[in-house]
Amino acid sequence: MRDVAIISFAQTKHQRAVSDINEVEMLMPILGEALDGAGVKKDRVDFVCSGSSDYLAGQPFSFVMSLDAFGPWPPISESHVDMDGAWAVYEAWVKMQAGKADIALVYAYGKSSPGDIRKVLSRQLDPYYLGPLWVDPVSLAALQARVGLEAGAFSAEQMAEVAAASRRNAKANPYAQLSGDAEVAALLSEPEFVAPLRKHDCPPISDGAAVVVLAADGAARELSEHPAWIRGFDHRIEPHALGSRDLTTSVSTKQAAAKAGVGDKPVDLAELHAPFTHQELILRDALGLSDGVSINPSGGALCANPMMTAGLIRMGEAANRVTNGEASRAVAHATSGPCLQQNLVCVLEGE
Amino acid sequence: MSDIQLPERLEGVEPVRSIRTFASLTYQYTPGRAASRFLKEVERKRLVGQRCPVCKKVYVPPRGSCPTDGVATEEEVELGHTGTIVSFCVVNVPFMANLMEIPYVGALIQLDGSDIPIMHLIQEVPYDEVHMGMRVEAVWVPDGEISHTLESIKYFRPNGEPDAPYDSYKENA
Repeated sequence: MRDVAIISFAQTKHQRAVSDINEVEMLMPILGEALDGAGVKKDRVDFVCSGSSDYLAGQPFSFVMSLDAFGPWPPISESHVDMDGAWAVYEAWVKMQAGKADIALVYAYGKSSPGDIRKVLSRQLDPYYLGPLWVDPVSLAALQARVGLEAGAFSAEQMAEVAAASRRNAKANPYAQLSGDAEVAALLSEPEFVAPLRKHDCPPISDGAAVVVLAADGAARELSEHPAWIRGFDHRIEPHALGSRDLTTSVSTKQAAAKAGVGDKPVDLAELHAPFTHQELILRDALGLSDGVSINPSGGALCANPMMTAGLIRMGEAANRVTNGEASRAVAHATSGPCLQQNLVCVLEGE
Repeated sequence: MSDIQLPERLEGVEPVRSIRTFASLTYQYTPGRAASRFLKEVERKRLVGQRCPVCKKVYVPPRGSCPTDGVATEEEVELGHTGTIVSFCVVNVPFMANLMEIPYVGALIQLDGSDIPIMHLIQEVPYDEVHMGMRVEAVWVPDGEISHTLESIKYFRPNGEPDAPYDSYKENA
């Protein structure tokens, strides 16, 4: 295996609606920032991979146009995933393992504001049974929360505690959309939104983008004093039919965590891509994280949730904290699909 | 299908061979700062590109970035309404809802002052006389009908100038 590290990370200040600039204009400043952070010009980048979805923009092949933000002339080696950018990191990591790239740049972006995000996301469901019902992601998450509450896997109080902790942590995150001090009792007195979920159990709707730069072996050591080395990496998926899954737990996260070696050594910190409060509780359990682990010091997806991007942000936030010495071993997680259908786990370590 | 054991009440029932799932989503498109500026200027009967601060190339319509250097293009450059044909094709195939009489000519036109060509129609000249290097000018719709769309230019036509030298457009040819 080649040593591959995250050596630079940049993100936008996430907002409900970025309505004056397009995706290219949104990406360009942070692409420059990430390259500057890595100390390289774009001609040293061997591979570019992005994560986004045309359904968000309502334009076919919108991701091809986003390449103008990087500058694909003369032609570059490039790929794209119609998924969160965390999976684009996985593709880049595989490419680097194959010896095809020493430096890779991964970006992800998502503007939810052009459309009705709850309707748009219903289009990821199967076209025969769920698609025609236009089931939206909040309703699906609510079904999952209900199953978990009834099974005693977690409580409404624990869910509110997740929301309160996330917003408190986000006070130190200048890129977060939501932050502040919230009392658990006050949160629980709020009316239900899509029962049993309250608004604080759900993520904000966000427009935003993020970029990481990866480097292998000598390139990482040359460019970074404290690279955040990727020491374990895996992703797993569960069936499409919700009825065939156990929604109170996350088997795919458990499997990915085992493959990535999460439990092999103590974990200091975890950035979990949990768009809904109860999903953080499910993930903490599935990853086997003890009480001492710092969870989502950035505030997580409950405080800024740009689609196709929030998972990549978890990797960047975790990597930054390894690089600055706050953590010596961190876990970054990303999810995709309804009710934590697909999960990616990455272990990052300092020297 | 023949291997499936059907219950008696479904014997002989015509199987479902397809379903239709209609979906309609409405989006609000954000052209962005660069494209918005360009379209606003078209409304004023002006063609405006943007120059890359690194390679100095002028892009039209501007996208706000240079695809070579990946940097923001902020300097605006007003372009002529005349240009040079750098490539063309003769269309002999009628398209759906196409109002053009065939054959007609679509061309890549490098506007004077810009470094990449735009695509538009060539009219008022027999199709077999169109050629690379031909100098053309924009024919706008009547002033009252001009709006923020490239349809505000009806087409380009030869302006009678001698052909442009090959070197002036070879990078795009």
